[in-house]
Amino acid sequence: MSEDNRKVVIELQDVRRDFQVGSEVVHALRGISFKIYEGEFVTIMGTSGSGKSTLLNQLGCLDTPTKGEYYLDGVAVRTMSKSQRAKLRNRKIGFVFQSYNLLAKTTAVDNVALPLMYNTKYNARQRREAAINALKAVGLADRLEHKSNQMSGGQMQRVAIARALVNDPAVILADEATGNLDTRTSYEMLVLFQKLHAEGRTIIFVTHNPEIAQYSSRNIMLRDGKIREDTVNTNIKSAQAALDALPVANDD
Amino acid sequence: MSFLNLIKVAITAIASNAFRSFLSMLGIIIGVAAVIIMMAIGQGSKESIRAEISKMGTNIITIRPGAERRGGVRLDPSAMRTLKMEDYESIVREKKYVTYVSPEVTASGQCIFGAKNTSTTMYGEGIEYLDIKQWTLEDGEYFTDNDIKKGSKVCVIGKTVVNELFDGADPVGKNIRFKSIPFKVIGVLKSKGENSWGMDQDNLLIAPFTTVMKRLNAQTHLSTISCSAITEELTDNAIDELTEIIRRNHKLADGVENDFRISSQAEMMDTMSSTMDTITVILVVAAAFSLLVAGIGIMNIMLVSVTERTKEIGLRMSVGARGIDISNQFLIESIMISLTGGVLGILLGWAGTLACEPLGLPTSIPAWSIFVSFAVCTVIGVGFGYFPAQKAASLDPIEAIRYE
Repeated sequence: MSEDNRKVVIELQDVRRDFQVGSEVVHALRGISFKIYEGEFVTIMGTSGSGKSTLLNQLGCLDTPTKGEYYLDGVAVRTMSKSQRAKLRNRKIGFVFQSYNLLAKTTAVDNVALPLMYNTKYNARQRREAAINALKAVGLADRLEHKSNQMSGGQMQRVAIARALVNDPAVILADEATGNLDTRTSYEMLVLFQKLHAEGRTIIFVTHNPEIAQYSSRNIMLRDGKIREDTVNTNIKSAQAALDALPVANDD
Repeated sequence: MSFLNLIKVAITAIASNAFRSFLSMLGIIIGVAAVIIMMAIGQGSKESIRAEISKMGTNIITIRPGAERRGGVRLDPSAMRTLKMEDYESIVREKKYVTYVSPEVTASGQCIFGAKNTSTTMYGEGIEYLDIKQWTLEDGEYFTDNDIKKGSKVCVIGKTVVNELFDGADPVGKNIRFKSIPFKVIGVLKSKGENSWGMDQDNLLIAPFTTVMKRLNAQTHLSTISCSAITEELTDNAIDELTEIIRRNHKLADGVENDFRISSQAEMMDTMSSTMDTITVILVVAAAFSLLVAGIGIMNIMLVSVTERTKEIGLRMSVGARGIDISNQFLIESIMISLTGGVLGILLGWAGTLACEPLGLPTSIPAWSIFVSFAVCTVIGVGFGYFPAQKAASLDPIEAIRYE
C-alpha cells in the first residue's frame, strides 16, 4: 500500500463533514484520510449511520467537505463551484446506483450516451459509437435499442454500468449496485466488476454487504464517521467461481 | 448541452406525456385563437367602416368659418360671417388640386305639402354639389346655372321628405312650401340611408344657394364651402391650396390665426379608425387575459413535471449536468409547449375567422397579429417556465437522485 510509484486517484486528508440538524450539529464524517490508487477495487462498508453515504457523496463530488481536503485525480474539490464539480463528475466519475436510475422509455444506447450529452466535445456520431462500445464491454451488444422498460434488472444494471464507463472515468463509484438484484444476478454483476478491475479500472463499491468485500482488492470499514479498518485483501475470491457454484436456477 | 440536444430532449419529454402536454397547450391554443379572431374582427370592422366612409367620398373637404376673435372673445362659428362669395369665386378661379366646389348655406324649418308637414333642412348649394357628394337623382333633374343666377324657387328633395309629405304620389312638379315660401320640386334624390353614425341622409331639400341666401336667410356670407380633392391622396395638397387662397383673400398676415377651419373626410376616417382601434384594443386585452391564465397553466404543469422528474434531474446532475443545463432543459420544454400551442392557436384562429364570415362579421387577419402571437407565446414560455426551471436547477443532486 505504501508503494509510491502507483498513481493516486483519490486522496482524502482529514475530511470532516458536519450537518446542522435543527439546533444540533451532526458530525457525519469525523476526519477521514486515505488514498486510493489507480486500478484498485475498494469496498467501503459500514452499517447505516456509519457515514458511508456521506463519504460517497464526497467521493462523487456531489458534496464538499466542511473541513479537510479531497483531491480527485490531483484536483482539489473543496473550493470548487457547483458547475465546476458538475464538469468534474462528467469527466472523472462514473456512477452506478442501486436503483439503476435509467431514463424511462429510452433506449440502452441513449441512456448510456447521456453523460456525453453534457460534454460538447462529442458529436452525435461519437456519442453513439462510445455508447455502443460501452454496451459491448458489459455484454449487451445485442440489446442496443431495447428500451429501459423492456429489460430485466440485471440488464438495466449493466446499462447503468455501461453509462458509468462511457466517459472513461478516473473512478467508478458504485452505490449498493447489487442491492436490488437476486443472488445470481448479483454474482453476474460482481463478475463484471472483477472483469473491469482486471482491465485496470479503479472501482469504489459502497455496500453494507460484507460478502462483497471478499471479491475486492481492498476493504475500508467505517463506523461513526471514522475509519475502523482499512485492509488489503490478498486473497481475492473469484466471482465467476462463485457464480458457477450456484445451483442452476430451475424456476424456468 | 447543445441547443439541438436540448430541443431533442424537450421533444422527447413532451411526446412521452403527449396528452398532458396537449392539455397545457390548450390554454395557449384558445388564448391565441381568441386574440387572432378579436384582432381579425377589429381590423375587419375598421376596414368596412373605412369602405363606407370612402363611399361618401374620402376626398371631400369642408371649409367653415371659425376661430374669429373680437376683443379677445371667441365667437360661435355659425354666427361668423368670414366666408364670403369672393372666397368661393377665388377657389373656382385658382383651384389646381380641387375638382368640384360648392358654396353652402342652410336653413332649417317646416316643410308643408297639402295637409302634411315635416321638419327638415334646406341646403342651398351650387351645381357641383351632387358630384362632390357622389349622390345621384332617382327622378327628375337637378337645377341649372340659370336657376342659380335667377335664384329660382326650385328644389330637389330627399327620400324621407318624400315619404313624409307625398304618401306615394309623384312629387316631381309639385309645389311645396318651405318656411312659407313656395318651391317647385324638380327632382328626387336616390336614398342613401343612414350614415355610419346614424344620421338620416335623406331628410333634406337642396335648392340653389342664391335662393336660400336671398329669399330665405337674407344673408351675404356662406356657412360652408364644400370641395372635392382630385384624389384622396391629394387631399392634403388641396387643403394647403385652399388655406392659401382664403388666407390671401382674408388678408391675414403671417402668424395670424386662420379665421376659418378646413376639415376633410379623411380626418373623419382617422377619427373613426381610432375609435375602432380603441374597441379592438379592449377586445384584444380581454383575450390576452386568457393567455395569462394559459401561462399560469403551463407553469403549473412544469412544476408538476419538475417534481415528477426529480430523480431524472438528480441523475442528469450526477452525470455532469450543471444547473444551467437543467434550467435550459425545462425552459426549452415550456417554450416548446407554448410555441406549439401558439402555432395551433393561430391555425384555430384562422379557421375561426373563416367561420365568422358567414355570420356577417367583417374580418381581416392583420399579418402582424401572427408575429405578435409568436412573440407573446415565447414570452409566456420563458416567463412562466422560468420559475419551474429555476426550481429544477436548484435541486440538490444528493437528494434528487434518491428521491422516490
